[in-house]
Amino acid sequence: MRTTTWKDRLFSTFNYTLLSLLGFATLYPFVNLMAISLNDALDSLRGGIYFWPRKFTLLNYEIIFEQDSLLRAAIMSVVRTAVGTVLGVAVTIMIAFALSRREFLLRKPLNVILVFTLFVNAGLLPAYLLNVNLNLMNSFAVYILPMLVSAYNVIIVRSYFEQLPEGLTESAKIDGATDFQVLLRIVAPVSLPVLATVTLFVAVVHWNSWYDNYLYTSGTPSLNLLQFELMKILINTVNEVANSSGSSSNSNALNTNPDAIRAAMTIIVTLPILFVYPFLQKYFVKGIMVASMKE
Amino acid sequence: MAETVLGRETVPVKRRGKFFGKLAKQWQLALMSVPFVLIGMLFSYGPLWGWIMAFQDYSIAKGVTGSPFVGFDNFARIFEDDQFFRVLRNTLAMSLMNMATGFVGAIVLALLLNEVRKTLFKRAIQTITYIPHFVSWVVIANIFSFLLSPDGGIVNVVLMKLNLISEPIYFQGKPEWFWYIQTLANLWKEIGWSTIIYLAVLVGLNPEHYEAAEVDGASRFQKMWHISVPGLMPTAILLLTMSIGWLINSGFESQFVLGNDVVVEYSDVIDLYALRYSIQLSDYAYGMAINMFKTVVSIVLVLGVTFLAKKTNQSRLF
Repeated sequence: MRTTTWKDRLFSTFNYTLLSLLGFATLYPFVNLMAISLNDALDSLRGGIYFWPRKFTLLNYEIIFEQDSLLRAAIMSVVRTAVGTVLGVAVTIMIAFALSRREFLLRKPLNVILVFTLFVNAGLLPAYLLNVNLNLMNSFAVYILPMLVSAYNVIIVRSYFEQLPEGLTESAKIDGATDFQVLLRIVAPVSLPVLATVTLFVAVVHWNSWYDNYLYTSGTPSLNLLQFELMKILINTVNEVANSSGSSSNSNALNTNPDAIRAAMTIIVTLPILFVYPFLQKYFVKGIMVASMKE
Repeated sequence: MAETVLGRETVPVKRRGKFFGKLAKQWQLALMSVPFVLIGMLFSYGPLWGWIMAFQDYSIAKGVTGSPFVGFDNFARIFEDDQFFRVLRNTLAMSLMNMATGFVGAIVLALLLNEVRKTLFKRAIQTITYIPHFVSWVVIANIFSFLLSPDGGIVNVVLMKLNLISEPIYFQGKPEWFWYIQTLANLWKEIGWSTIIYLAVLVGLNPEHYEAAEVDGASRFQKMWHISVPGLMPTAILLLTMSIGWLINSGFESQFVLGNDVVVEYSDVIDLYALRYSIQLSDYAYGMAINMFKTVVSIVLVLGVTFLAKKTNQSRLF
């Protein structure tokens, strides 16, 4: 039935071309960094590495993992992400569950308090002073406590819980189940998509975080994270180049090229996300949809 | 009679008793709220106590309780500070540019994706373009410093090959380019992710409209322009109005990692300025005044826009 005119075909061609270009523009930087990180550092100085390494080597990665400080930073990043995610998701699910229960007497005031946190953004300096006053400087807790609950995540989970059939909780309660049992045994198992979504969101925020490390814990090297180490290398190289007024500053050939190390670290920091994310994609699209349709 | 009077008098007492009695029965739900109430609220609203300092001649030695109050003196200083107007200009410029490009970019991309008939291709592009959203600003800044490098970065290589420039440009060393680089980086990071809601709306549009247009001989582009675009508008306007509150809040992570000493005139934003000023000069009162100014402006913007939206677009938005 559908007749395709030349106009439609032109549009289609244009559309597919444009979208392919966008896909390419998104992927290319990662591919390029991968190639640079796997190429001999001195050879990279000649330029011309685009899609594929010219002189393959794993040396850049070996150098990173030979440095105790970077290895420790990697471990600290994993620990922080694990602890922060477990605690963050637990707290988010609990408050979301309580707020999804219509009979809960504190539901209204707590909801108002929650939504208001979205609009009241005190800013960087007040948050900094609060953490100083709470004695959180140079402690692991400063990674976990300030970002324990995000209103955005609570709203996503709450919306999902609210659209579950009400009979689900009621019948379990009649059978004598406690609220904790209802949440753990009945509501959570049927809410895996949204739980996967917030787990990903919380984990990503922790994994990607660097400025709390920079502001609060840079005095304690044992608390340094991978993102922060990468940030330090970036700032050093960029300022070096900037201050040499833009002329290409090829570093002395004896050292390994800092760009190669930087590329390898960028890949190390990005890989965990690239591995986890595609498996969760179908969940989070659904999870966000439920939340946004309700708003 | 006495009974009814007595009965009436006991009502409020009974009710209050009932409330706490009921709440006691819900102790488990209350317990579940405790971590949020204690810690979530502490870190969301706790920073606001510092606002007191904004009205004081604050010194660390005397503390908040001992420092004398000076009224609005610190706020008056804001309007005499050229540096402040510079960082305010940067903040507003970047958030406006991010908002405009993000808004148009997301709608255009959603419309184009919606026209793709090959599901596999569509899903592939979606999956790919969501990736940068999950990547840290540190990684993005590294990526851009490679792309824009004068030392074999792809942008310079392509421009040279096309003979558009004769020698490499050090883009990140040019202050007046910073806003554009930050906007581009932000667009690259978020464009895919921001299509999610628009795509959901497009899927939900009535297929009969498209069928009717097809019968009338409308082209693909015409259908997109006359059916999909108007279908997206209510959501687009709603999202745009909700983002107005962020006008004075451009974030600071991207500016911090994309910027450098040379471009600081154009990369510095309110949050970074207030923090640096306060810590370097131990002048917390002034930094707090700046932050309070920022928060109050954004709350006023949010409330104003919500009020206007309710008044004018009621039927269209809700």
